[in-house]
Amino acid sequence: MIVTNIESVPGKKIVEHYGIIQGSTVRARHVGADFAAGLKNMVGGELKGYTKLLTSAREEALERLKQQAAGMGANAIVNVRFATSAISQGAAELMAYGTAVKVE
Amino acid sequence: MEILFIIGLIIFTFTIGSYIEKTHYVDIQNREKKIMGMPVISGKDVGYMNFSDGGEMVNGNVVISLDYFKLIWAGLKNIFGGHIRAYETLLDRGRREAVLRMKEEARLKGYNAVINMRFETSAISQVTGNKSSGCFEVLAYGTAVKLI
Repeated sequence: MIVTNIESVPGKKIVEHYGIIQGSTVRARHVGADFAAGLKNMVGGELKGYTKLLTSAREEALERLKQQAAGMGANAIVNVRFATSAISQGAAELMAYGTAVKVE
Repeated sequence: MEILFIIGLIIFTFTIGSYIEKTHYVDIQNREKKIMGMPVISGKDVGYMNFSDGGEMVNGNVVISLDYFKLIWAGLKNIFGGHIRAYETLLDRGRREAVLRMKEEARLKGYNAVINMRFETSAISQVTGNKSSGCFEVLAYGTAVKLI
């Protein structure tokens, strides 16, 4: 599965469009990571626990996107975009969307 | 007594926070120098250069937060208006760090350029459950390609 965020895959021709697909995941904060993050928040700097949490969540959203594309018979996803929204206290939704296509 | 404790805490976070910021800037500058040869553009075409077939999406993200002293200072500044330098340097650091991570991922995968790069910034303070924690996530993503 080829994933790009431009309109095409370099050097390949799009032969079929399958339309918009999306993959999302909602993650809540982890109590252990949150305590460490709270302490780190006092002195500032990078909050590694949260960085890791959001990285893995985004990977999962991309994985769901790929599964959906594979189910349609596509072999590439183009024009992928990310969106993040805090849906409630302590939880965030991470979403990836794009266009499923067949390239050759 | 409590006031002394709070003042002590503020001074403590100020010194540690400033130290962290300074070392982070030195680190960023060193890594930027190391990876300077790799072009990153926000457009879709490099123009004067050609790239080979294939490409892959790469991304880099970082969650970064203000220290307590700067948070209080920024809150005070908010009353009078004007630019808040504490947030400016925070977001600058976050963006540069995210771009560096993206470039490092691209290099690790064997590519030598990133096209169509996009930024996304979100205040995840609500996510952490504390509205005024001064905590941001910066994400940089783009398509890694091989220039020939």
